[in-house]
Amino acid sequence: MFLQQLINGISVGGVYALIASGYALIYSLLGFSNWAHGEVCMVGAYVALMSVSALVLPFPLAALAGIGGAALISLFNERFLYRRIRENKSPTMFLMIAAMGLSTVFQNGVMLLFGSKFQMFPTVIPITSISAGNIRIGVLDVMSLAISAAALIVMEFLIQHTKFGLGVRSVASNSYTASLLGVNVDKMLAAVFILAGALAGVAGILLGLKYNVFPTMGNVGLKAFIASVFGGLGSVRGAILGALIIGVAEIMVAGYLNSSLRDLITFSLLIATLLIKPSGLMGIHVEEKA
Amino acid sequence: MISDYTQGIIILVCINLIIVLGVSILTGFTRLFSFGNAGFMSIGAYASALLTTRLGIPFLPAVLAGALAAGFVSFLLGSLTLKLKGDYFLITTLGFGECVRVLFNYIEPVTGGAKGLAGIPKHTTLAVAVFSALLAIALAWTFIHSRYGRGLTAIREQELAAESVGIDVTKHKKISFVFSAMLAGWAGALYAHNLMFLSPVMFNLPRSAELTITVVIGGLGSLTGSVLGSLLITLLPEMFRSFANYRMFFYGLAVVAIIIIRPEGLCGYREFSLSRLLKFFRRKAVKGGGAG
Repeated sequence: MFLQQLINGISVGGVYALIASGYALIYSLLGFSNWAHGEVCMVGAYVALMSVSALVLPFPLAALAGIGGAALISLFNERFLYRRIRENKSPTMFLMIAAMGLSTVFQNGVMLLFGSKFQMFPTVIPITSISAGNIRIGVLDVMSLAISAAALIVMEFLIQHTKFGLGVRSVASNSYTASLLGVNVDKMLAAVFILAGALAGVAGILLGLKYNVFPTMGNVGLKAFIASVFGGLGSVRGAILGALIIGVAEIMVAGYLNSSLRDLITFSLLIATLLIKPSGLMGIHVEEKA
Repeated sequence: MISDYTQGIIILVCINLIIVLGVSILTGFTRLFSFGNAGFMSIGAYASALLTTRLGIPFLPAVLAGALAAGFVSFLLGSLTLKLKGDYFLITTLGFGECVRVLFNYIEPVTGGAKGLAGIPKHTTLAVAVFSALLAIALAWTFIHSRYGRGLTAIREQELAAESVGIDVTKHKKISFVFSAMLAGWAGALYAHNLMFLSPVMFNLPRSAELTITVVIGGLGSLTGSVLGSLLITLLPEMFRSFANYRMFFYGLAVVAIIIIRPEGLCGYREFSLSRLLKFFRRKAVKGGGAG
């Protein structure tokens, strides 16, 4: 029983980690929390769903379309909105307000287009479970865990071991110095938004397979965001660790205590983190520059 | 004289106005972005409603108690979190708002849980609402033009500079936070006794977001802008019923557009004044006359 819950928790945490690492990446570069990131994930799920049901594409192609769609939306946000706000030299708070407005637009726009009903993916992954001894684990959960892990490893490789990753890390460290040294900051930002969007798209499709697709599914971004705060704002590895811990904690609370307490635990964890160690598990404490 | 329907709308405008003024002071004048004001509203609403329904306490002390309860909680929260900078403060208010909502859902014996709290007496009449709104405007105006208010504006413009000329930044922020929470609690108490029913879902995250949206549309740093903003946001869906479904979509678009094109919002940093309006028209007239 415990082992089963643990694996389920890690599987949920893996999906949170895909979104949370996007928050962390963007925060590390721009120093703001991209509230619209959860909606990017939702858009990805809808694009994939529409590709399957309206265009009758085979599922793997539809999934690619969904990931691409999410990446495009994410890039759109950066190119046409966030960049202009930065160029206006507006305070960071304005980026957050704009992101909040964007998430309202996406959520309600999708609701107007497709209605607020829950929509199902056709069964692509069998809804069976593997039994070993007295534990039963859903095939979907195992697949989801494997896919999240693979996507996160690819991202980690891109950031740590490629020239692109070096550029990103240099911008995160100091964007002004990086631009003096010939790094094209805007290009790096665009690439990071694409990467974060693609990861969110993967998460959106996995969530859609598990819990169906609906306009407010982007609210899961809130959980992922909390995970990234818990792990330390701006730290990708911290975000992944935080997401796994939150995923496991949620499943355990729901399994052993009371499912209505699940969210309370998550939010209390958030406030406790901020009060005890605002820099999170793996964050570096940075004083805000005036 | 005035139909029930119109009265209902005026009451709604007044209630929204009170809470938006609080958000305006916090976001527009102190540049603290909060997602917790719906939470404070719910504290005021539940506190006052429980007092009048369960303990039979009269309306006026109940409203006061609602505002004070919200203020007290915000004081505690502010003491803990206002030293945190930028994003971190916002995140704690967000966590707080959601915690309050989940708690009200969970303590079902007291609050009625998700099924809601019914049977609250109707005390918020037109006169009460209008009087409250006028009083709130007067209070907010006085506050903004007091020493503390000017301190807040200084903090908004440049926190470090404000600190270096001797403004106690944390204290000022705390005053602003408590003031805005008390307005929210007050509005919540009126809301409870207008609707006669409460449910935790009414105070969710989108509700807090809508408040910030109203302030941004009215103009960050303008009280009269916030008044206009809340009029607009409350009246539009009433006047155009078919608009109601699209409203959040367009509000979101409006916010994004305003932040990009005209970050100062409808009214900018200016307050609406009759003399400026007259001057504007006179100038127009002169121009028109010159051309003709």
